[in-house]
Amino acid sequence: MAAGSPPLPSGKVTIPFYRDTRIIAIIVQVVFAIAVAALLWYLYSNMMNGLRQANLLPTFAFLSVPAGFPIAESVIPYDPSMTYGRAFVVGILNTVRVAGIGIVLATILGLILGIARLSDNWLLRNVALVYVEIVRNVPLLLQLIFWFSLTRLFPRIQESIDIGGLLYLHNRGVTLAWPQAANDFDAWMLWVYGGIVVGVIYYVIRRIQFARRDRPGVALPQAFLIAVGMAVIGFFTTYFVYGAWPVSLSIPELQRFNFVGGVTVTNSFAALLVGLVIYTAVFIGEIVRSGILAVSKGQREAARALGLTPGQTMRLVILPQALRVIIPPLTSQYLNLTKNSSLAVAIAYPDLFYVASTINNQTGQAVPVILMLMASYLSVSLLTSLFMNWYNRRIQLVER
Amino acid sequence: MATEVSRPTSRRAPRQQIGLIEWLRKNLFSTWYNVIITVVLLYVIVQTVTSFVSWMVTAPGWPAAFTNIKLLLTWTYPVDQLWRPQAAMALVMLLLGLSSGLWGGIVRMVALGAAVISVALGFVAFTFPDLPGQTSLPGWLFMFICAVLLVGGDQLARLVGNKLRWPLIIAWLLAYPAVILILRGGIGLPVVETKLWGGLTLTLILAVSGIVLSFPLGVLLALGRRSSLPVIRTFCVLYIELIRGVPLVTVLFMGALLLPLFLPGGESIDALVRAVIAVTLFSAAYLAENVRGGLQSIPKGQVEAARALGLNVVQTTLLITLPQALRAVVPVLVGQFIALFKDTSLVVIIGLVDLLGAAQNIVGQPEWLGTPGGVWRETFLVIAAIYWVFSFTMSRISKRIEDQIARSRH
Repeated sequence: MAAGSPPLPSGKVTIPFYRDTRIIAIIVQVVFAIAVAALLWYLYSNMMNGLRQANLLPTFAFLSVPAGFPIAESVIPYDPSMTYGRAFVVGILNTVRVAGIGIVLATILGLILGIARLSDNWLLRNVALVYVEIVRNVPLLLQLIFWFSLTRLFPRIQESIDIGGLLYLHNRGVTLAWPQAANDFDAWMLWVYGGIVVGVIYYVIRRIQFARRDRPGVALPQAFLIAVGMAVIGFFTTYFVYGAWPVSLSIPELQRFNFVGGVTVTNSFAALLVGLVIYTAVFIGEIVRSGILAVSKGQREAARALGLTPGQTMRLVILPQALRVIIPPLTSQYLNLTKNSSLAVAIAYPDLFYVASTINNQTGQAVPVILMLMASYLSVSLLTSLFMNWYNRRIQLVER
Repeated sequence: MATEVSRPTSRRAPRQQIGLIEWLRKNLFSTWYNVIITVVLLYVIVQTVTSFVSWMVTAPGWPAAFTNIKLLLTWTYPVDQLWRPQAAMALVMLLLGLSSGLWGGIVRMVALGAAVISVALGFVAFTFPDLPGQTSLPGWLFMFICAVLLVGGDQLARLVGNKLRWPLIIAWLLAYPAVILILRGGIGLPVVETKLWGGLTLTLILAVSGIVLSFPLGVLLALGRRSSLPVIRTFCVLYIELIRGVPLVTVLFMGALLLPLFLPGGESIDALVRAVIAVTLFSAAYLAENVRGGLQSIPKGQVEAARALGLNVVQTTLLITLPQALRAVVPVLVGQFIALFKDTSLVVIIGLVDLLGAAQNIVGQPEWLGTPGGVWRETFLVIAAIYWVFSFTMSRISKRIEDQIARSRH
């Protein structure tokens, strides 16, 4: 690395060690490592001293102590007599629940938005633009608080706002119709499993064929179509054989004090979901739009000139290239949505952060709670980005 | 054809005249599904706009926001000391005006925009002179003074010319500590505890602190991540990914709970400083990634040329790569500032009262309990508009800078 040094005379030349970049590099790193370690040790010993004086030495023992606080909604059974550990898991599952549903809905809305922004209809294009500009320039927390305040204006359950008989808004939350398994559900599931098996077999066979012939090919969409097709055929066959649909819609009905049937979610959850979806969809929409715009016009024209049909052009030329641009920023939007769900604490949805801060208030064990909190978020982030990186590598351009 | 030599060789293409009907047909009713989309959208827009306007006109809650404008802007900052935020703002406006005169371009656009907004706000304040919490210097007069400072500074700088360059750069560097000093007090001024700060002032302070203070750390982290020394690189990667993997709320929470534990006598660190430290540590990780993007965009030839000219690693970084990288990432940094400006609303969760917190407090004031439906819609709408104007303006500026950089490359 001794660039710029004059040509050395022949024979052994000794460079003084303080001018040798290799030695300097080692010294710098050792000094840096010592400095960081010293700083961390200083902070750590301060913390331990303080905690010892306060008689609050960090321990994870509280995890097996009954929590004693109620959690408004939970995916798994929970009551206050269960442990802090269980409460923490409830928090994680609540975060995963809202983030998972949010990601799916935000992707759909974002896709629609991105396409609307590119529409040849002037009105649609500009309505989408106005939506984007309004939503992305107002803080998410303000939007969440707005939606939450709005849900609190909903009337009592007896005077619920009825939207098409399928969706009811009331002050305890939102009740909506939901599909449920009917008597002949199992008969239909047979078809679904069969479809999956056939799809997988098709996929494997095609891949082997491609490998033998040593040429690239696409098999996954067809395999997927086969599986879905079998499921659909099965759906109708079940109806004709047994005379009833395998899946029925559970329609909520108002009894004296409550709804029977359907699914009821709390207003915190509804407000959080709506807020997150509306906010994240804007960013996803912009990503989709720029992804489609990034594929040059020549690609489409060349594909058409080669005789590909418009459908093939979209499927084989435009979309794969657009996806390549879309996936990396889309990953970070999914992660953002998951992280933003921590704002739930402001509207009393018992997500991971909410539960963790309650546990901290009750036990005073700040250090273990924060470690667990960070570890949970980091592992969610890490898992998501690992998956998306794997997917991204698969579709990336192989440059020759 | 050859005989018609008298024809001018180049003529502007005829302007395509399309009538209203033609435009409508082309842009709104080109296909059957476009007709459906247009009709449905028109119906929805008309419905929404009419119901929104009729609600706005009849909404009873507007006084909540407008009578509490002082709380929204400065929260509980003592009324007799309100000239200090005003002085701080005037200082920034003067510097902006001077820069506008000196550098022109986008800076002038920003300054003129600020002047126009000041005048507009001044007129609004003048029409509602009876708002409570008035200072000795009426709001409308202050806004006009700001506009005068902007335009006056611009003219002054044009007269003085390039002699002003270095003094102005130094003044900008000192502006941040100066503003904090004016607000906090100390030397000669009575101290105003940070507990009393809040509202839009706090939002702006947090956002500016987040960018300004995280800048050195962020640049170092970006350089460290691209370093060839494995220990330093690993440390930087770990730090950046750790921070970017967790939500801001968690970092703020850590700042509020762990900082007092980490430092001896840490309980005496006030809540605002804790929040600023947390926001700085958070923002540095994102800033590092942005700067790294800039560093990566610099062609390898630049470094090789610099090394060939005999510059060492430090000189190459400071004189060649970093300046180019920073110039390239200015729009991204503006974007990060916008994000931070919106995200600082999260300090509500750790108990600070920023613009959003002030609004929430106003909504809860007992005097509005009698208003049917509460006053939250009106109040939140007002602060949403404040947030919106700031973010939207800044995003337009960032777009302009981006275009300019793109154009200068070609």
